[in-house]
Amino acid sequence: MLRYVLFRILQVIPVLLGTTFLIYFMVFSMPGDPILALFGDKPPSPAVLEEITKQYNLDKPFIVQYFLYLGGIFTGDLGVTFSGQPVSEVLARTFPVTLQLALMAIVIELVLAVSIGLISGLRKGKLFDNVSLIIGLIMTSVPIFVLAFVAQYFLGIKWGIFRTTVGPGAPIQDLIMPAIVLGVSLYATSMRLTRASVIDTLNQDFVRTAYAKGLSRNRIIPVHVLRNSLIPTITNTATNFGVLMVGATVTEAIFNVPGVGNTLFKAIRLGENTTVVSFVTVMVLIYLFVNLFIDLLYAVLDPRIRYA
Amino acid sequence: MKRSRIGLGFIALAAASALVLSGCSSSGGDKGGDAKGDSAAIITVNGSEPESGLIPSDTNEVGGGRILDVMYAGLYYYDAKGNPKLDAAESVESTDSKVFTIKLKADQKFTNGDPVDAESFVAAWNDAAKFSNARKNASWFSNIEGFDDTKDAELTGLKVVDDTTFTVTLKSAQSDFPLQLGYSSFYPVPKSAFDADGNITKDYGQNPIGNGPYKVADKGWTHKVKIEMVKNDDYKGDREAKNGGLSIVFYDSYDAAYADLLGGNLDVLDQIPDTAYANYKDDLGDRWINQPAAIFQSFTIPERLDHFAGEEGQLRREAISRAINRPQITDKIFADTRTPAVDWSSPVINGYSDSLKGKDVLTYDPEKAKELWAKADAISPWTGKFQIAYNADGGHQGWVDAVSNDLKNTLGIDASGAPNPLFGDFRQSITDRSIQTAFRSGWQGDYPGLSNFLLPLYKTGASSNDGDYSSADVDKLLDEGVAAKDVDAANEKFHAAEEILFKDLPAIPLWYQNAVAGYSDAVSGVTIGWNSVPLYYEITK
Repeated sequence: MLRYVLFRILQVIPVLLGTTFLIYFMVFSMPGDPILALFGDKPPSPAVLEEITKQYNLDKPFIVQYFLYLGGIFTGDLGVTFSGQPVSEVLARTFPVTLQLALMAIVIELVLAVSIGLISGLRKGKLFDNVSLIIGLIMTSVPIFVLAFVAQYFLGIKWGIFRTTVGPGAPIQDLIMPAIVLGVSLYATSMRLTRASVIDTLNQDFVRTAYAKGLSRNRIIPVHVLRNSLIPTITNTATNFGVLMVGATVTEAIFNVPGVGNTLFKAIRLGENTTVVSFVTVMVLIYLFVNLFIDLLYAVLDPRIRYA
Repeated sequence: MKRSRIGLGFIALAAASALVLSGCSSSGGDKGGDAKGDSAAIITVNGSEPESGLIPSDTNEVGGGRILDVMYAGLYYYDAKGNPKLDAAESVESTDSKVFTIKLKADQKFTNGDPVDAESFVAAWNDAAKFSNARKNASWFSNIEGFDDTKDAELTGLKVVDDTTFTVTLKSAQSDFPLQLGYSSFYPVPKSAFDADGNITKDYGQNPIGNGPYKVADKGWTHKVKIEMVKNDDYKGDREAKNGGLSIVFYDSYDAAYADLLGGNLDVLDQIPDTAYANYKDDLGDRWINQPAAIFQSFTIPERLDHFAGEEGQLRREAISRAINRPQITDKIFADTRTPAVDWSSPVINGYSDSLKGKDVLTYDPEKAKELWAKADAISPWTGKFQIAYNADGGHQGWVDAVSNDLKNTLGIDASGAPNPLFGDFRQSITDRSIQTAFRSGWQGDYPGLSNFLLPLYKTGASSNDGDYSSADVDKLLDEGVAAKDVDAANEKFHAAEEILFKDLPAIPLWYQNAVAGYSDAVSGVTIGWNSVPLYYEITK
């Protein structure tokens, strides 16, 4: 087990080198001159342009830029943004906000998916099952920005239950609405996975055996059925968590969340390659560790799974 | 030039939101809440994270510009109509528009206690003009004696006479030089801003100290989130704040800001998002403002394109201009938040005129357009297609498509838009002259003077003359205007130049962008300045 975990962690190194290299290459290949764009419709004198380009190492070939960046990482220097702040500071400020939002959304998603999925599975074909399937279908098919705008309009502007956007400092109560939007938009898939899995498990021999042994339903459902049904749900939720950590851009923009998605989007538009690469690197790390976490969780949920 | 980041991305998303929201817009309307005029009240306004550190000479976009304008007092400030008013200066005088003597008001202080003296201006300007500092606004100092944009050099034209007096000697006479002095590049900075080598430090850009109506609150700048400003009681100029301070909240999209305005979290929004054009009047009752701003929009057809040189080109340009139904586009696409152009500047500019000779070339006249196009065809038959390039991240697709349609329908040619994904990419192809189509162009005034809308754009070899237009007559008139003895005499020359521009059409004028703003019922006294930014110091709550 320990050997397995160590091996997985060592795997991170080549993956990280590969991704940073690729991202750097892609940002470098983006059309246009980011420094020129900073000046708008009024171009600077070529000399000034050259001087600023030099300051950000943008005049060097990409391989040199890449190694300068890598060298910086080892000394803890991730470069600076065009507005002069260290990228590490930007990272430290935006990731906690997005992490909080993602965790809240995942909790909402899990609670909805597991409870509704379980009840649906137990009452297959009944009214509750059919209604929940239809609602789930609607929720997955409505684009997230529609959900977000509708929530913002009714819950925020019309009824004043929540603040319309996330206020300064991103307090938890302001994050509830975007978290609900994200959670609701994601729950349907997990719910259907849970439901299918519950139905499947109910037909297994060990469940029948448990009933035959005279165990109570209150013990069989949570311990024998639910626990064995959760693997696909957990996998899906963990993947969702990875997605939320990196890609709630649209939702973050609508609710003005000072998070990762918003910042990354702006950095890409501005061509701030140090910011883009640092953010993507952290995202890759998160993905890798989330995946490792999922794999380890399997063993907890299903004792038959063992890692050599 | 201060760049506006109007219409940040999310075009498709925004269009969809309009569909969702317009169906269910509330009809607010009644003006609730009396203005209590609490002099300690904090006004919440929209803004965006400055793209560079807050050094006056290194900030050229609206996000940082609006912060600089309230935290510094330059020699002049501009009132709502764009008239320059003395701020830190007692007087600015010149007999020949070449040597200016500037006297400062006595006993002015920065918020850290450093004196606002002649040295604080001269040192700031020298730093701004110094080549190796690569300040974005360095070109503003190019007419001062000693300026060099190839190596480090001192501005020899700046002389400190005494604590409150200094003189500026220009390379050539410039009648509107005082008009420029309200621009943020010319703000002073305190002694503490400089390092041992006499350069403004990066750290100062993160912790700026001003002398204006407001100062940045202690730890007030939360990057990407907001900046808190408090009233500066030491400020003695005319712009004394009638409120206790400003909370400038940064938004990445105007849609979010608009939702906050409706939700009561924002007091003043200086730009209603285009997704709300259909319903903002219903949403806001009488708490909206829609007035022309100092933004001129056009598209440029470089002479190097096939069929656009010489007499043929002139005929085709005029035909294209007459084939565009400007009032219809400003009404249908922009819900009257643009004003069809009648000159080459903007109604809020000193020197604007709606009665220039030749302006009828901007009137929709499909018959005449067809006629002119046929005449051009007689010289050399039209081939290929006509495209207008634009940056797709700036919300330009709607009008480009509409203009293309007008051209297609009237002239029977294959016309279309040519989107570039990113602004940087768009600008680069224009700057290196690799672009092979017409392209959108626009100008936002830096200071409310007519020369600012003409010289950089249409003078031979000027910095933003992206179409490489060149006319000896125009050059001569512009030079005479600049050297004229006062602004009125200058404008006369500039008007003559504009009349030639109507014949040559180096760019096809389209419309002036309006400032469309809204405010909550908690505040009153909201006026939008000439540069589309509200006069924050006048707002009461």
